Amino acid sequence: MMPPIVRLLAKRLGTSLIVLVGVSMLIFAIARIIPGDPARIALGPNATAEQITMLRERLHLDDSIAVQYGYFVRDLLRGDLGISLYTNRPVTADIAQFLPATLELIVVAGLMMILIGLPLGIISARYRGSWADNLIRLLTLLGVSAPSFVWAVILMLLFAFFLPLFPIAGRITDSYTIEPVTGFLFIDTLLAGNLSAFADAAWHIVLPAFALALSGIGQAARLTRSNMVETYDKPYIEMAQSYGFPEGKIAWRFAFRPSLIPSLTIIGLDFAAMLGNAFLVEAVFAWPGLSRYGVAVILRKDLNAIVGTVLIISAMFLIVNIVVDLLIAFINPRIRYSQRAT
Amino acid sequence: MKRTLFILLRNPLSVLGLILVGTVVLSAVFADFIAPFPSHRGAVVDFANFNKAPEWPYIFGTDLVGRDLFSRILYAYRISLLLGVVVLAIAVPVGVTIGLVAGYVGGWIEYVLMRITDVFLSIPPLVLALSMMGLLEPTLTNGMLAVTVMWWPWYTRLVYNLTRSEKEEGYVLAAEVIGASRAHMIFREILPNCVPSILTKMTLDLGFVILIASSLSFLGLGVQPPTPDLGSMVADGAKYLPDSWWLTVFPGLAILVAVFGFNLLGDALRDVLGAEQ
Repeated sequence: MMPPIVRLLAKRLGTSLIVLVGVSMLIFAIARIIPGDPARIALGPNATAEQITMLRERLHLDDSIAVQYGYFVRDLLRGDLGISLYTNRPVTADIAQFLPATLELIVVAGLMMILIGLPLGIISARYRGSWADNLIRLLTLLGVSAPSFVWAVILMLLFAFFLPLFPIAGRITDSYTIEPVTGFLFIDTLLAGNLSAFADAAWHIVLPAFALALSGIGQAARLTRSNMVETYDKPYIEMAQSYGFPEGKIAWRFAFRPSLIPSLTIIGLDFAAMLGNAFLVEAVFAWPGLSRYGVAVILRKDLNAIVGTVLIISAMFLIVNIVVDLLIAFINPRIRYSQRAT
Repeated sequence: MKRTLFILLRNPLSVLGLILVGTVVLSAVFADFIAPFPSHRGAVVDFANFNKAPEWPYIFGTDLVGRDLFSRILYAYRISLLLGVVVLAIAVPVGVTIGLVAGYVGGWIEYVLMRITDVFLSIPPLVLALSMMGLLEPTLTNGMLAVTVMWWPWYTRLVYNLTRSEKEEGYVLAAEVIGASRAHMIFREILPNCVPSILTKMTLDLGFVILIASSLSFLGLGVQPPTPDLGSMVADGAKYLPDSWWLTVFPGLAILVAVFGFNLLGDALRDVLGAEQ
């Protein structure tokens, strides 16, 4: 028998693949039903009829949409997403260049969300009804109540202009020249053994990552609190209290652990929101990532690049969700031990 | 009803939510009477008073062509709320019906409907709306369309989960045994029990639609000028930080106040109606 986790992984991979095919159809359909001729949009108003005919032929625009999708899938399976009409390079090369900056931003923001959001939720539930609880609830609700570009602008105004603690924009100070090996500055600076460049990159990422993380911190804290408050009403907590376990241990071992599962689910969803909100934060902080590329190609109606970018972002989202599901399966004894006997 | 109101008014945060939402709604409806410069909603220029810091009669300052920011924010609220109401008026019935059918009928219909929902849920909301707006023309109608397309699946998921748990209840079995039709079961038996959760989510979502719509226009893919919009005001003003701080701070706070108000009110409703998350 397969261990339950392997079976779960296989099932989730299968469903995700079906969903990903659906995503590709959806985004492809949206990209093809736009008003206007994509070839004319791509070539601009000065193109000759001959150039347009040639491009239409190259993009298979005269075939039916089903046939066009067939060509698209064939190329996709070869790892080819077509040429970006904006940069004139393969879309895959563009994505490979811009993705690491966005991933770096999202990973740091995700860590902030977990390391700040969960403890805030735990404190709030542990001291339910106290001033600390009320303050945390108010602040976390404020956190989810503004789009990340508003937080980005406010943080920039406060901590880059009025109190010049952090840099205003960019990933790293221009005077550092780092050989791009992986594209991840945190890794490349370490590979180059340049610790001051590493510190500089870390210093640059604080404000954009925090602006991106704020609504996630709020969501995670609020959900953790409400789940823990529910758990606190269960009889076994009262039993633990009457047994004389220390309150800290009760909060952590008995009240928080069962609440971790719904919290993880919401963290997976917030990650998806971050992939979208990165579009806003990168615009404010001039962060040279995939989202800035995404906005540029959307504004230019660069079909291949739009389809490629959306597909990659959705694939990342599905991967994160599989990881979250596996984590949940791993920490949930009901799944971990289920069907052991069979 | 009286009891509901009593519980609502007992909690100071709920009262704050009511006040904020009331202020936003009233200022949107009566913008024509409140705004000191109603003509500044459009393409007016007043270069004698451009880029002024807040001072009487421009309590929020003026923008780069001399328009009163306070008046423009009031009219921006009107458009945002209109957009929110239209989006929910379409997305909620669609999403709820699909969720009810998938949850109650089951079988291959459930599988197909829920996988389609998954497809929409796996494109980050903002990215889907952005791509649609980029490919269509950026008008108010298309903005509503793009936001609606990303919004309905969330209601499908909520109602689907509620329906599945309601199906286990005794009253459902009882109604089935006396031979109630599927339509009766779905709309007369199960739907009424989902209403508290749907109402709560709708209150919260009015705020979040404003948030998403302002995000679209912040990136230049929402309502186009000269129509006043909170997101594009922040985007235009961000180039002039930190000197002309009022250009970004007031529209930004206007978004925060509206969304915060709807969040407080939604939370209060959840407690009162006992809705599930």
